[in-house]
Amino acid sequence: MQTSKEAPEKMTTDQSISPERPDFISVKDFNFFYGKKQALHAINMDIPERQVTALIGPSGCGKSTLLRNFNRMNELIDGVHHEGDIRILGKSIYDKGIEVISLRRSIGMVFQKSNPFPKSIYENVVFALRISGTSKKSELDECVERSLRGAALWNEVKDRLHESALGLSGGQMQRLCIARAIANRPKVLLMDEPCSALDPIATVKVEELIRELKQQFTIVIVTHNMQQATRCSDKTAFFYLGKLVEYADTQKIFSNPSEKQTEDYITGRFG
Amino acid sequence: MDPIASHSLDFFDSDLSVNSKTVARSLTNRILSGVCITLSLLTMVPLVSIIFLLLEKGLPLLGAGIFTELPPAAGMTGGGFGNAILGTLVMVGIGLAVSAPAGILSAIFINEYAPTSRLAQTVRLVAKLLTGIPSIICGVFAFAVVVMATGTFSAYAGGLALAVLMLPTILLTSEQALMGVQSAYREAAYGLGATRFQTIARVVLPDAFPAIMTGVMLAVARAAGETAPLIFTALFSQFWAKSLNEPTASLSVLIYNFSTVPFPHQIAMAWTASLVLVAFVTLANITAQTIFSRKN
Repeated sequence: MQTSKEAPEKMTTDQSISPERPDFISVKDFNFFYGKKQALHAINMDIPERQVTALIGPSGCGKSTLLRNFNRMNELIDGVHHEGDIRILGKSIYDKGIEVISLRRSIGMVFQKSNPFPKSIYENVVFALRISGTSKKSELDECVERSLRGAALWNEVKDRLHESALGLSGGQMQRLCIARAIANRPKVLLMDEPCSALDPIATVKVEELIRELKQQFTIVIVTHNMQQATRCSDKTAFFYLGKLVEYADTQKIFSNPSEKQTEDYITGRFG
Repeated sequence: MDPIASHSLDFFDSDLSVNSKTVARSLTNRILSGVCITLSLLTMVPLVSIIFLLLEKGLPLLGAGIFTELPPAAGMTGGGFGNAILGTLVMVGIGLAVSAPAGILSAIFINEYAPTSRLAQTVRLVAKLLTGIPSIICGVFAFAVVVMATGTFSAYAGGLALAVLMLPTILLTSEQALMGVQSAYREAAYGLGATRFQTIARVVLPDAFPAIMTGVMLAVARAAGETAPLIFTALFSQFWAKSLNEPTASLSVLIYNFSTVPFPHQIAMAWTASLVLVAFVTLANITAQTIFSRKN
């Protein structure tokens, strides 16, 4: 927790329990359709374990659509279908034996607008445990402290855990949503523009948090803010019109992109 | 192309001295405000005069006996209408026991499970049509279904007639209440791996509950004052009801009966019953408002 200042690119060997998989999440020839409209075209990409992968691109380019496919949230919309496959740890998320509920329980998601439930801070954090049938107080208490510490919110709220979450500031609410998302110890954390509704100071806090969380989680973040992508991601994927234009190390994308479109976008010539 | 330009709204360009146009504009403004204020005050006249009249005519007979004694026979004095108060409460209770679960569950179905399905659209349309059905028709319906079948007027039949009356109100206000729940809450719950049932039971319903209760209380307030559905179904009784399966007194039918007889005491009692009924309905409405405002 103390070593986050430099945000090292490589995991230090003494902490790593298992070697990191370069293809923790693997997207294979993935097409996605809203009704007849194709939103994603033949996406192929491997997302590495315990790193931050940023998805960037202009509005409507399909980056959020891809993110929402990792936990099959898109299926809440009528008339969608997909072709191709997404594998997490080598296992297809569309496998007949996989229940979408258990998939979502093992993948945390943070949304653009913070959306804590109109319940107490405590109940927000333990929601995922309650719905999977845990009601032992010691377990819940442990989860609340662990998750809130993980989201760098514990010290600010430990004295008012049973007050409404709606009394928190915008930045605190978003960190509460992160705490809620990691409460169930997911393997993957999906973030859909998590800072777009926050002021600069709250944004800095959340970005610091993202750099810390990648020690435990594989993080995929959609962002409109290119400085944010450079500040907190290891790899960056640039999407345009539903296609993956370029995908490489963040440093390379922003210093020496291979594609003309990428360069135009990151230098602000379009988008 | 640009209609605004012709009015020279530019603060710096326009001639700021008072001219006939600005005078006319300001005058129109004043007149319209005056009309609005007068009409707003006028809308309060009926309610205030009803309450004033009820207090004036109903208060003299109001006493503890009113709530505990039976109605006096024709031409006699004294007595009360305890059985009618109880009958109204019982029949509204039966109506509520039938219509609240049906209305709320239907609302959950048409808003949460299949909002765009043909069934949901049909239910919604039928509920809207049902709100426009005269209450007397609800009475005729319950008469045909319950009274004809069982061969007796009863609290069951009255309760059912009120249930039909309350159902669309409860259904439609519950649907509005559920629609008012932010979709971000549902998204968050699904994102955490909640099933649809868990999302509804743990997130959607608790948030919509105050608004649903408001709808229920408004339905209660309306049903409690209805006479027409009860005349055909519960009829009236001078006595305490021994079961739910016999003619049952109610406040509204008592008011109707007593106000049409030539005995001054009965007429005075009808006023008192009106006062009690209005107090009961007002209490229900205020409760509904309080519950709702506590949410916000």
